[in-house]
This record gives sequence, structure tokens and C-alpha cells, in this order.
Amino acid sequence: MTQQIEIPSPSTTTIEAGYNRTNDLRKRRRLGETVIQTLLFLAGGISILTTVGIVYELSKESVHFLSQVSLIEFFTHAKWNPQLGNFGILPLLNATLMTSTTAMLVALPMGLSIAIYLSEYATPKASSILKPILEVLAGIPTVVYGYFALTFMTPLLRSVLGKDVVEIYNTASAGIVIGILIIPMVSSMSEDALSAVPRALREASYGLGATKLETAIKVVLPAAISGIVAAFIVAISRAIGETMIVAIAAGAGPNLTFNPFLPAETMTGHIVRISGGDLSYNSIDYNSIFAIGLFLFFITLSLNIISQRVVRRFREVYE
Amino acid sequence: MSEFKANLDIRHRAGHIWRNIFRASTVFGILALIVLLLNIANSAFGYVAIENDINPADLAINSIPIEQLHQVDLVWILEQNVSAGLFRRLESEMPWEERAREEIYDLVVERVVNPQVVHTWPLGGSLFHRAEIQAEVAAKFPGATLEFRSWLTGDFLTTPQSPEADRAGVRTAILGSGWTIAITILFAFPLGVGAAIYLEEYASDNRLNRVIQTNINNLAGVPSIIYGMLGLAIFVRALEPFTSGAIFGAVDDTATASGRTIISAGMTLGLLILPLIIINAQEAIKAVSNSLRQASYGMGATRWQTVWHHVLPNAISGILTGTILAISRAIGETAPLVVVGASTFITFDPEGPFSKFTTLPIQIYQWTARPQAEFRNIAAAAILVLLAMLLSMNAAAVVLRNRYNRKI
Amino acid sequence: MRIERIFADKNKKRKIRVDPLNLCHPRSNHAQSKRELIMTNNNYAIEARGLNIYYDDFLAVRDVNLKIEARKITAIIGPSGCGKSTMLRAFNRMNELVPSAWAKGEVLYHGENIYAPDVDPVEVRRRIGMVFQKPNPFPKSIYENVAWGARINGYRGNMDELVEQSLRGAAIWDEVKDKLDQSGLSLSGGQQQRLCIARTIAIKPDIILMDEPASALDPIATLKIEELMHELSKEFTIIVVTHNMQQAARVSDFTAFFNLGEDRAGVLEEYDKTNKLFTNPAKQTTEDYITGRFG
Repeated sequence: MTQQIEIPSPSTTTIEAGYNRTNDLRKRRRLGETVIQTLLFLAGGISILTTVGIVYELSKESVHFLSQVSLIEFFTHAKWNPQLGNFGILPLLNATLMTSTTAMLVALPMGLSIAIYLSEYATPKASSILKPILEVLAGIPTVVYGYFALTFMTPLLRSVLGKDVVEIYNTASAGIVIGILIIPMVSSMSEDALSAVPRALREASYGLGATKLETAIKVVLPAAISGIVAAFIVAISRAIGETMIVAIAAGAGPNLTFNPFLPAETMTGHIVRISGGDLSYNSIDYNSIFAIGLFLFFITLSLNIISQRVVRRFREVYE
Repeated sequence: MSEFKANLDIRHRAGHIWRNIFRASTVFGILALIVLLLNIANSAFGYVAIENDINPADLAINSIPIEQLHQVDLVWILEQNVSAGLFRRLESEMPWEERAREEIYDLVVERVVNPQVVHTWPLGGSLFHRAEIQAEVAAKFPGATLEFRSWLTGDFLTTPQSPEADRAGVRTAILGSGWTIAITILFAFPLGVGAAIYLEEYASDNRLNRVIQTNINNLAGVPSIIYGMLGLAIFVRALEPFTSGAIFGAVDDTATASGRTIISAGMTLGLLILPLIIINAQEAIKAVSNSLRQASYGMGATRWQTVWHHVLPNAISGILTGTILAISRAIGETAPLVVVGASTFITFDPEGPFSKFTTLPIQIYQWTARPQAEFRNIAAAAILVLLAMLLSMNAAAVVLRNRYNRKI
Repeated sequence: MRIERIFADKNKKRKIRVDPLNLCHPRSNHAQSKRELIMTNNNYAIEARGLNIYYDDFLAVRDVNLKIEARKITAIIGPSGCGKSTMLRAFNRMNELVPSAWAKGEVLYHGENIYAPDVDPVEVRRRIGMVFQKPNPFPKSIYENVAWGARINGYRGNMDELVEQSLRGAAIWDEVKDKLDQSGLSLSGGQQQRLCIARTIAIKPDIILMDEPASALDPIATLKIEELMHELSKEFTIIVVTHNMQQAARVSDFTAFFNLGEDRAGVLEEYDKTNKLFTNPAKQTTEDYITGRFG
């Protein structure tokens, strides 16, 4: 076996003009680079400005509001009626909790079941078809869900439970539809958590004679629990912040009731209704929606931060 | 083995039951999507009963139906049937000779025939209970004619808003959405990609940059209505001279200038989707192989040369996919725009970033909130338009993603 | 003929004491005097002085003093994890792309410390090019792969000519001259690596760093790269990291042996002419390593 390899000798041409080859290694002033880096940094900084802007603007108006309404009244008064000077957030908060609870009652079992089905039972081909369909569900605008709640879910509830029981606008129908809206979110985040559980754990379980269900429920699920909890928390935060569905289907007008078939206005629904009308700046109405907004912001932010903490713990275990 | 109870049957049965429950949940999710779409189709098409002030057949001249009549005859019909005052006013707006025949025909239909929808039926009923509907019309609306209607028509796309559901269209709303999204893209795309490049290629692992990253993740979870309030406070109020166009001389009368304009709406949505664009673009940039960067730096390239010549060309389809998904989120957003102050009723096309605005989702919201059934019908038609827009955007994203996956 | 011999080497597996290519001569008794000769030669391309490299607070390479001869091939060998690549990358500040990496000490290039605060790493890398372990051509055309580096470095001569010269210099011109507009990724692994060498010599560096340039290639492609290195050393200074001792013995003029210290930090154990180091190492650990007792 012989092989001739011809290696031409490397060119030894002189270096052309303009081809900088001084031995000066000092930093050039690359103005373009500096300008670009600064611009990119500012682009990153916009996000900080956004947060600062949110906190500042919401707080500023809230301070105006709280100079007229005490914090105690805000959190304890049972009526919200700006015309009469009643600013108790309880009716709005209660309605928000009603819709969110209903939503979670729908989304948690459904979302988790779907996640278990997709990660433990479905063939890869089946899940490659099912997942995009669920993504479509997540991509539909919320105003469309609002329409769905009002024109489908409410008539359905009324025909099942009776028109005397269920009002045209009610928190149950809004809550159920919010639940459907967040099912894909719960299922995809939970499925990620379930899929991250190492194969070896499943094999160990099968090796001890466990069935598929026992493996899924007693081994995989507990191992993925923090990821699933994180998904639930994010979903709650999403349900609380959901606006259009409640604005369309839950009814206008604050109402402190625990009956899910009566109309009641949530925090977000109230903000939309008040700001949708002609609102004069510097009125107490204007200030009040910012106070509600600040409260809403803190609730959702805390939930998101908690969920990130939970997820981080979960990552430490498996990565 | 005697110490173990023979329980395998029970365990298998439980497994079977639960598998069916899991499967049923999945089916429920898909069913929900199907029902939602059917529900919309159900309202967007169906029978309508129409009553006319004057039966168009009665207007025929020499048994030529009005559809085929000459312009002059149509003017004559108008003159005979509308008040003299209205006729003169129409003429003074534009002389009859200068108007197109189609325009005069439309006037005849609108002013003389004046068809009104007196009742509507959903698609399901229209398909399966035709006989009952015909009987009902004959009994309740003797003067009415029954026709099958698609509320989604070419005219629906090209006519502006109208107080009557029958004549309302989404032209203003589509143009408003278009303008708003254009502003959103111009605002959020460069900023988002810039921030992603900064965080992935420039930022060292220090406190400030970690804060920026955490902050972006948190912003992605802030409810959209909060962004609306931010937009209201910053763009509409604080930056009013800018967003109303007053400092550019874009408004004639500064006294009535308002910050509730397309540019405010677009920038609000821009802030809303900025975190999504950044996070998606970061993923795309992370996916670019490190060996490319090393090769580039190893040849004496600067950071920006590396980013511009190697990182971005290889990340761009991923960045675009993520951006399209973020933009389709923005197209469907309603709540923040209500807060920023979308107009409830405008019939003129937006002329630029400083116009008052409405968008497709806003229009859907307002129509849905009306009690009359016909508005539900046109809301459904508008939803179909919106979903078609979103579907085509998502298809574009899928195509891009596939191209991207092939390349890697 | 040569190929057969090299294959034979591979089969022998780290048993060589005698250099197969006869690069080394058995006159190794004068080791001491020869070392002095090396150290007094002034024709150095680059020199590390008291160089320590850290990742955060982990010391990866300890106190290296190393002078690299100009227009010669210097091989860096040693067991895995001893900081060979880290050491190589210290010569053109590529380590800085890892955010946690930092260096203490000096690397002198033309008498100037490249770690001085006012030195721009970009300027350093223009002069000290690099070829990587895995061939990493840009996903661009073959022509662009070669032309790009020259263009960003401000080359204003005839680009076609430069591309041809560089491709010829990397002994790949004949294979690609008809498909310059095809993607660099369409080439075979060995061709890709020679393309990477071509694009490096297109920016006309003084020194070329090669990080296990043939480890991802088959034996024939490896041989071509080695032949090429030999040719290139007529014009360029080459520093090559290799885990393959036969390769070091075949191609290099000088060899630096790195080993792991007690605290897991890499140290320069021995540095000498290749024939000397392989035939008559000064240290027992060197001998143990090259005879395959560890590593």
C-alpha cells in the first residue's frame, strides 16, 4: 500500500498593503463596537425600566388613592361602590377567587391527566399529534374564549341546571372556560416535569413488578412533583390575571356572593369596565383601578417567584 | 409466594380504569377545541329572516328587476321613494351623474328596500331543522323572506363599522390591527433581539445581568391588563404630546389631541411581548454551536463581527419563529387595549400611528357584549377572520421551524 | 511506504522508545548541553513566564515557563485533564471566552505581554491563529470560509488570489477548486480540517495553535494533516496539542510534557527537543508517561 501525497509548499507572497500587520497589540478604539454594545445593553435594560415603570406608576396612583381611602377599609369593607364612596376590595377579590378556583378545579385534574397520558401512555406518534392540538388551544385569543363562555358554556349550564338557578352572567361559566384555557399550560409544564424523570427510575419500578399505573402514580409523579407544583402555581397566577373571559361572561358590577351562578365582577373585569368608559385622570375612580392593579401585580408576581423557586429546586435534583 | 395476596387482577383493572380516565381527559381537551370552533361556525352561518320595507320585486320597471336597471332608472326610484330633503342632500354630496351605478344601486337597497334581519338561526338548526324554521317564519314573520347567510363575506371584510349589525364590517378593525401590530413589531423586534444578544453574547455573569434575566422571566408572567395600565399611565398620559402626534404637528387641534392612539397601543403590546421575544431569541441564540463562535474569535473577529456574521445568520430562523409566535399573541390581545383606550366606534380608516384605533379583538369584544343576536353573528364572523390570521401566522412559524431544524 | 510504517507504530501502542521517523538521533547523551542550547537561542515566537491559569478559584495550570521556538513545531503532550488545551488557548487568549477563566503571569509576544491591560485580545488572535479539535468550518461556501477572516481583518488585495494561495497552502486546492461555491460542510472531515487550516493561514498569522487537529480524523486524513503541518512550519510557528505520542514524535521539533500536580493543577514537567524527550527524558514521570505506564 503506497500513497503519494503531494503537498505544495505554502505560498510565501508578500503581505499586501492595507493588511495591517504591525506588532502593535494595543486596543483599538473600535467606536462601532462600543456603540453597538451600549445599544444592546440598553435593549436589555428596557426590561428593568418596564418593571420600574409598572411599580412606579401603579404605586403613584395607589398613593393618591390611599390618601383618600384607608388601607384597612380597602381590605375589609364588604362593598365596592365608587359612587357612594365605598372602596372595599372584598367583592372583587372574592369574585376573582371564585373564578380562579373553578378554573383550577377544571384545569388541574384535566391538565395533570393529560400530562400523565402524554408522557407515560401515549406512543410518540400519538403525542406528536396531540401536543400541537393542545398548543392550538393555548394559542386562541382569550376574547374568543370569552365569546365561547357567553354563547356556549352559559347556555349549557342554564339548560342543565335550569334558567332560574343560573344567571346569564355568572362566575361558574367564566371559571370553567378559564380552566379550559389553562389546561394546555398545566399539561405541557407538567409533562415536561414528568419526562425529566430519569428512565432508570421507571425501570426500577417495573423491575419490582409494578404496573404501569403504579409506576406512573407512585414513582414518576412523586419524583416530578415540584415541577408539577410549579406548573399549578403558574396556572393559578394566569387564572387570576385572566381578563377578557370574566369581562365578557362573569358580569358587570361588584357583588359579594359565594354562589357561582350569580354575576360578580372580578378585579380584572372591574379594571377593564372602568377604564373602557370615559375616565377622567385624577379622579378617584382612575386612582382606584391602579390600586387594584398594584394588588393584582403583587399577587401574580409572588406566585411566579414562588413557582420559579420550586422549579429551581426541581432542577437541582435531576441536572 | 403464599405471603403475597393474589391481587394482580385488581391492580390491572385499576390500571385499565385509570388509563381510560387519562385518555378521556386528553379527548376532553381536544373536544373542547372542536366544540369551541363549532360554536363559532354555528353563529357565523345560518338562516336569517329578512323583512324589506318595499319588496324589491315591486320596484321593477317594465318587469326588469332592479339588479339590471339602468343608472337613470335607479335615480328615478330613489327620487320616488325617499324624502325630497334626503334626495337633495344626497345629490349635493355628489351629483348623480358622477356616481357609479353600483353606488346608486347600494343606495336604493339601503334607503328604499331597507332589508332588516328580524331573526337569525344558528348553523346547526339551519341544517337539521329546515322545515320547522320555514314554518316558524311563515307564522311569525309573514312578510319576511328566509335566506341562508354566511355572515363572513367579502363585504364584511371591506366595510367599516356600522351601528347596524347587518351592514357592519371589520375593515376598520383589520386596518387598526395591522397598524398596531406594525408598530409593535418595529418597537419590540429590535429591542427584543438586541436584549437577547446582549444577554447571550455580551453579558458577563454579574449581579446586574442576573437581575435583568430574572426580571425578564418575571415580566413574562405579569397579567396583560397590567401592561395596559402601564401603557395608559406612560404612553397615553405621560407621553401624550408624543403619542398624540402633537409635537409632530400631526393633529390640527392640540386641545382635543389624545394619547389614545395606534402608537400607544402598539408600544403597549410591544412591551407586553418583549419578554417573550427575548426569551425565544435567547433560546435560538443558545442553540448556535459554540464551535462556530470559537472559530470566529480564533480568526481575530470582534464580538460584533462574530455575532453579525455567524451567530445571527444561524439563529435567525429560530428568532423569527419565536417572534411570530409572540406577535400572534399580540394580535389576539384585548384587555390591555381596552385599558389603553381603544375607540368604541370609528368608521374611518386609520391614517397613521397617531389615529384613534380599534382592533379586531376589540371589535369582537364589543360585538359580543351587545345583547342583540345579530351582533353575536358578526362577532363570530370576526372571530373567524381573527383565527384565520393567527392560523396563517402559525403556519409561517411552523414552516420556519422546519427549515431551521433541517439546517441544524 | 510511510503509511505502512505509521500503521505499524499504532499497533505497537506506546511502546516506542526509538523514533520511527528517525527524527531523533540516538546521540542523547549530550542532553544537558543541548538543553542549554535551546534556552539560549533567541529566536522565540512566544514565551510564557510564570503563567497560572484559573477557572474561578480552581488553578488549572500552574506556573508555566515556556519558550516556543519560531518556525518550529512544538507539541504539548500529557495525560487528559492536565490543562494542555487550556495552556494552548492561553497563547491567544481564547480562554477568555469561558467567563470564569482568568490568567496570572505573562505571555510575551515580540517582547510584549499579551495579558497587559491595554492589549486587545482581538489583535492577539489576528496574529496567533487557531485550528480546533473538531473541524468547524462556517456554514458558508468554501470560498467564503477562507475569505471571511481576511475580509474582517481588512484585507484589500486580490481576494481570489488569496483564497487560492491559502487553499493551496493547506493542500486542498485541487480537491475544491471546482466547487468553491459549495458549502464548507459538504466536505469530508479531513478536508474540512484542511479548509479550517486554509482559512487560518489566509489571515497570515505568525503562530498557528492546533488543538488535537487530527483526533477526529481517520488515519489517512491524519497523515495529510501531519504532512501539512510539516510544510507549514517552514513559514509559521506551530504549537500543537496532541494526546497521541506517536504523532508528537512524528511531527514536532520540540515537546512539552504536562502532568497533573498533586492539587490537580497542570504543571510543565519537562520541555526539550522531541528526540531528546522521547529517547532520554530527564524525569522519571516523563519516561513513565511516554512508555505508557500511565496517562
